[in-house]
Amino acid sequence: MTKKFTKDHEWVLVEGDIATVGVSDFAQSQLGDVVFVELPEAGRELEQGKEAAVVESVKAASDVYAPVSGTVIEANQALVDDPSMVNSAAETDGWFFKIQLKDASELDALMDEAAYKAFVEESH
Amino acid sequence: MTEAATALKTTPLHALHVELGARMVPFAGYDMPVQYPLGILKEHQHTREKAGLFDVSHMGQVRLTGADPAAALETLVPGDIKGLAQGRMRYTLFLNEQGGILDDLMVTNAGDHLFLVVNAACKEQDVAHLREKLAGKAEVELLDDLALMALQGPMAAEVMARFVPEAATMKFMSYLSATFKGVPVILTRSGYTGEDGYEISCDKADAEMIARALLAESEVEAIGLGARDSLRLEAGLCLYGHDIDTTTTPVEGALEWTLPKRRRAEGGFPGYDIIHRQLTEGATRRRVGIQPEGRQPAREHTEIRDANGTLIGEITSGGFGPTAGAPVAMGYVDIANSAVGTPLTLVVRGKPLPARVAATPFVPQRYYRG
Repeated sequence: MTKKFTKDHEWVLVEGDIATVGVSDFAQSQLGDVVFVELPEAGRELEQGKEAAVVESVKAASDVYAPVSGTVIEANQALVDDPSMVNSAAETDGWFFKIQLKDASELDALMDEAAYKAFVEESH
Repeated sequence: MTEAATALKTTPLHALHVELGARMVPFAGYDMPVQYPLGILKEHQHTREKAGLFDVSHMGQVRLTGADPAAALETLVPGDIKGLAQGRMRYTLFLNEQGGILDDLMVTNAGDHLFLVVNAACKEQDVAHLREKLAGKAEVELLDDLALMALQGPMAAEVMARFVPEAATMKFMSYLSATFKGVPVILTRSGYTGEDGYEISCDKADAEMIARALLAESEVEAIGLGARDSLRLEAGLCLYGHDIDTTTTPVEGALEWTLPKRRRAEGGFPGYDIIHRQLTEGATRRRVGIQPEGRQPAREHTEIRDANGTLIGEITSGGFGPTAGAPVAMGYVDIANSAVGTPLTLVVRGKPLPARVAATPFVPQRYYRG
C-alpha cells in the first residue's frame, strides 16, 4: 500500500477502505515541538481539504486538513496523551486518525512520496 | 534570500546564528534566530537547567548625559531614578500624557551617565522622544556600535566567573564595567527569563569572540527568540506591544511596583493625574496571569469571558510553558474578575476552554540576591 501526501503536508495510508492520516515528517520539523493535538471524534464526517484536527506547537496552532473525505472511525488516543509523538514518529506511531473512505478516487489527486519530496524541495 | 529578508537589519552575531543552523525570522526589523536545531522546548529547558546565550543586539542601548540626567529622565518615567545608587539598575516605563506606556526599559546609574536599554521596535521613537523632551537638559546618544547578549540560567554565574571572576558576587540588578578575555564589557546582573544571569554589552567587533567563548563552555547553548518568549511568559514578565502598550497604564498593567512612594506623592511624570486617580480609586481592568485547564494553549487575542458568558477581556500573551508543563497566559480582565482563582472561560477556535486567574510567575524566579 503506498502512502500519499497533500500540499498541506498531511499523509494518508490506505488499507482496504480505511485511510490512516497524519502529518508529514517535514511538517513536524516546521511545526517544532508539539504540545497539544485536538483530534476528530469517531463518527464525524470529514470533507477532503476541510479542517479535521488541530496541532499546537510551542510556537503556534496549525490546522490539519482531511486529505480525503470519509467518516472518522478512530482517533489516536496515544497521541492525545503524548503529543510529542508528532515529532518523534510523525509518519508512523504519530498518526492522527483513521477514516472510512467515501470516495477512493480522491486519492488520485494526491502526491506519491517522490512527488511530495520534490514538492517540499521546490517550495522551501 | 527574498527581497524582504535583504531589507532586514542584522546583528553582529548574524553569521554565527546561520553557522549554528538557526531558523531566522524577521523581528523588529532584524533578521533574528527564532530557534536553533535544539528546538524551542529543549532550548527553554536548557536555560532553566543550565545556561543559555541570547543575542539581543537588536535592542536599543542609549547613553544619557548632562548636568542631572536622573532628574531629566524622571520627567518622562515614573521610576525613582534620582534615588538609583551608582552601579544599580531598575525597570521603568516611558509614559504618555494619558498614562499609557510608550515603552519599558532598564535604567542603570553608570556614574557619569545613565545607561538605558530599550526595546528594538521602539528604539528610534524612544530616542526621538528623549531628544525632544529633554532638549537642553540631557544629551541622548543611541549606542549603535554596541552589541548586547544575555547569559541566563542557574549556571550562568559559574560560567561567567571563568571569564570575569568579579561577576560572581554582583547583586541582582547591578552593573559592572569589566574585561572579558581582554576586551571591555559592561555586565548587568539582569535578564528576561526569571533566571539568574547577565546581560553583556560590548563593542560590535568583540561580540562574536565573546559569544564563541561562552558557547564553548559545556553548560551553554545558543537560545533563540522562541524560547526567550516562553521563558519570559512563565516568569510573568511583560512583552511590550502585547501585554503593555500605549493603551494600558502601569496600574492596569499590574505594574504598581514600578511606582515608588515618592513619585506617587510628587508626580512630575506624564499621565500622573490618571495614574494617581487609578491608584486611589482603582482601575476598571487589570493584567492577570491565566492558567487554562488541560493542555491546550490559548494564544494572544483569545477572548476571555466570565462565568455568565460576558466578554471581559482578551489574552495578550499565551502559549505552552515547558517548565510549568502546562499552558500559561496573561491578559486583561475587568477588575471584578481579576482575583486569583476566579474562573474564566476562554474562547479558543469557537469552543469554550475553562481557565482560572493565576498568580504569576508561573515558575519561581531565581534571581541572585547575594
